[in-house]
Amino acid sequence: MQVLKKVGLGFGMLLISLSAYADYSWNFPEPVTPMALDTLHVHNKFMLISMAIFLSVLAIMIYSIFSHRKSKGYKPVADKAPSTAVEIFWTLIPFAILLLIDFVIMGIPAYHSVIMMEDTRDKANMVIKITGSQWRWQYEYMDGDAQGIKFVSNLTTTNDQMHNAADKDENYLLEVDNHLVLPVGQKVRVLMTSADVLHNWWVPQFGSSRVAVPGFIRETWVQVEKAGTYRGQCKELCGKGHGYMPIVVDAVPMEEYKTWVAAKKEELAKAAAGADKEWTKEELMAEGKAVYEKNCAVCHQVTGAGLPPAFPPLTGSKIANGPIFGADGKYLPDSHLDRVLNGIRVMPSWKAVLNDTEIAAVITYERNGLGNSVGDIVQPSQVKAARQ
Amino acid sequence: MSTTTVAHHEEHHDHPTGIMRWLTTTNHKDIGTMYLTFSLIMFLVGGSMILGIRAELFKPGLQLMNPDFFNQLIGIHALIMIFAALMPAATGFANWMIPLQIGAPDMALPRLNNWGFWLLPPAAILLTLPFTLALFGIGDGALATGWTFYPPLSIQGGIGVDFAIFSVHLLGISSVMGSINIIVTLFNMRAPGMTLMKMPMFAWGWLITAFLLVATIPVLAGAVTMLLTDRHFGTHFFDAAGGGDPIMFQHLFWFFGHPEVYILLLPVWGFIPQILQTFSRKPMYGYKAQVYSLWAIGALSVVVWAHHFFTAGMPVPALLYFMYSTMAISLPLAVLFFCWIKTMWRGSMSFETPMLFAVGWIILFGIGGLTGLVLADVAADAQYHNSYFVVAHFHYTLFAGGIMGIMAGVYYWLPKMTGHMYNEKLGKLHFWLTAISFNLTFIPQFFLGLAGMPRRIPDYALQFAEFNMISSIAAFVLGFSQLLFVYNVIKCIKGGQKATDKVWDGAVGLEWTLPSPPPYHSFTDQPVVK
Repeated sequence: MQVLKKVGLGFGMLLISLSAYADYSWNFPEPVTPMALDTLHVHNKFMLISMAIFLSVLAIMIYSIFSHRKSKGYKPVADKAPSTAVEIFWTLIPFAILLLIDFVIMGIPAYHSVIMMEDTRDKANMVIKITGSQWRWQYEYMDGDAQGIKFVSNLTTTNDQMHNAADKDENYLLEVDNHLVLPVGQKVRVLMTSADVLHNWWVPQFGSSRVAVPGFIRETWVQVEKAGTYRGQCKELCGKGHGYMPIVVDAVPMEEYKTWVAAKKEELAKAAAGADKEWTKEELMAEGKAVYEKNCAVCHQVTGAGLPPAFPPLTGSKIANGPIFGADGKYLPDSHLDRVLNGIRVMPSWKAVLNDTEIAAVITYERNGLGNSVGDIVQPSQVKAARQ
Repeated sequence: MSTTTVAHHEEHHDHPTGIMRWLTTTNHKDIGTMYLTFSLIMFLVGGSMILGIRAELFKPGLQLMNPDFFNQLIGIHALIMIFAALMPAATGFANWMIPLQIGAPDMALPRLNNWGFWLLPPAAILLTLPFTLALFGIGDGALATGWTFYPPLSIQGGIGVDFAIFSVHLLGISSVMGSINIIVTLFNMRAPGMTLMKMPMFAWGWLITAFLLVATIPVLAGAVTMLLTDRHFGTHFFDAAGGGDPIMFQHLFWFFGHPEVYILLLPVWGFIPQILQTFSRKPMYGYKAQVYSLWAIGALSVVVWAHHFFTAGMPVPALLYFMYSTMAISLPLAVLFFCWIKTMWRGSMSFETPMLFAVGWIILFGIGGLTGLVLADVAADAQYHNSYFVVAHFHYTLFAGGIMGIMAGVYYWLPKMTGHMYNEKLGKLHFWLTAISFNLTFIPQFFLGLAGMPRRIPDYALQFAEFNMISSIAAFVLGFSQLLFVYNVIKCIKGGQKATDKVWDGAVGLEWTLPSPPPYHSFTDQPVVK
């Protein structure tokens, strides 16, 4: 029984420390939005109440276990002929206590939290759209100066790090190439959708988590009060890359945000201009290799060998070695370009994810690298035309 | 005992021996034994799968398996533990004990009973076949969607999803047949004088379970069939492009899935009070209050399903409704906890293994219940949902509340079933090892969840390393401790100290009036209950 007592006490201590630790290492990470702060308060209050209930009931049980033992010669007290009135009275006490806790002590703050959480539109300063896809997040700014900014955020942790062939850095599995940048103190309405399966955009320090449902728009909001870099992960099982699509958000002061917007717009303009110039095969191959390894190699592998039967090889593939354009100059159905632009079954559509140059480059690379040697190249301008 | 001789006589006349005895048996005890054996085997299979997971999660990085294999393991582990370990264990007890407890000679529908069991092995094979073949390099493996089958991921999946769907169909048919049998038996075969409100609590727990199964399994069967037609026949139930909605699947699935939690727990809530009264040597407290609470929980369980996906996005009134109705479950549950502890209070307690498991069960299931109450809060749920906090929570309810409860039942009834006492020392050692390693496995997971580790990820960030390592080590201790249990059970079946008819000096109920082991046909002369 000593052990039972120790286990019980040990667990109680653990639970107490959960709320008492000021550095949050045993609790939710430091909240940086009003919603996360509210969530933390709700959680702490609930934990304290649960602990109080748990420990007092445990104390009663432990007292009984030690006193009312046969080995101590304790004689059982027969409950007197079951009197229904007394029984009802006694059993209504725990009922009443929980009634009070559920619908008053916790119920009322819970109501206000729900209202606050779901109020995505009032006083929203800006709107962004987040699209989950296997296995990366796409961000798009919907209004204001930043309107039109659109990019994809990919994991940067390397294969070697995952397979223990290289040292893991501090942000192992939690670093991406393009951070989402948000201004501090602004209420951001977040529209959420998905390109393929369910995903869930979750940054623990924001306290908001919402499922991205393909074909539907869901919404939530964030208002980051403190500048910093915040990390999260996808929280809905979305296939083999589920653990590999982190979220990184930079919350920056307004001035810095404006500078970032200007720089990003310039970068996008340059990329768009790139689509109109004539690219050499070498340029396309170099660019294509980078795009391929970042986006395609997860399934089709770095060598192009694929992971059959789910993910077919590209080396020697009929599509990657077949004709792209018909006699009329339009791309053929089920051609290489069609497949990359529109996807099929598990293969996602890359239309909205990659720009013209990237699509042209990656197709060129797949046809002339990975053990294929078709010889032709695709120009960004052809992709641009194909989109119309 | 004249009844015994008669029974033995019949046995030699009517029943084949060897394998044919088990294939053709319509005897409730034989079928009960097969259910329990099947459950134990599948418990070990499901358990070794999760040890594979814990080994992979021992440290950051991919060590043993690729992510796709990892995803297969988590889904199959859950399906096996729920459908092939916990549910058959409860059905096994029902088959063995319900006729004995209500003074019936057998179950009402013996042939249905046999069929119900023999659907299980093919179902288990269907579930694990693609997985096993993939180990030998054939095919692309089992379903990798987790046990919840959420589309569109399950629509993308390979043939393993189809196998799992058909397996669920078979398991569902088996459960519904078992439930019908139990309902019919309880309504028609009680001993004279045993009114419904005099039924043993275990019978009550199972009656409500059976109603829940009959009500919800068809919904699950419908949902996975819609998934099947979406996959192969071009329907669009769950595809927005064709006018469907992926979230509708979650509504249908959890309309079954939430009652399922109580389906797993209600039988345990039935026999735990019986164990408590036996070892407290004092009648159980608040019989009526407990029965009404079981009904209340059964009824509430079918109207709270959407709390499993608050983060999927719902209108505010729906969020509030599902939050408050979920919290309401704690009211009858509080009454149950009160009655259990009041039964112990001022009794004359002794702590044989079944009582140790029952008391440990109250404490650990209490933690599961309280964390469940917190999870009902929509705002806090945004953080807990699909994090390791949830994993820890439902293992407190389903491992502690389910499996440890079942183990209490095994130790409690094993002497009655086999006629031999189990090894008490080994039983106690098994309890302490299980209770301690269980807590060391899952307490760290609460903190992992709070710190932000999502569930179902094959690899994790460095900040989660320490807790995962503790959890993995404890999980292995927990896993290997169960071998003690297996050894103890087998040894008890083979022999040991003779058990008396009553086995426990505080035992109450008709099953303890029969010899240990009971004769092949339980009650030849119908007992009368005053």
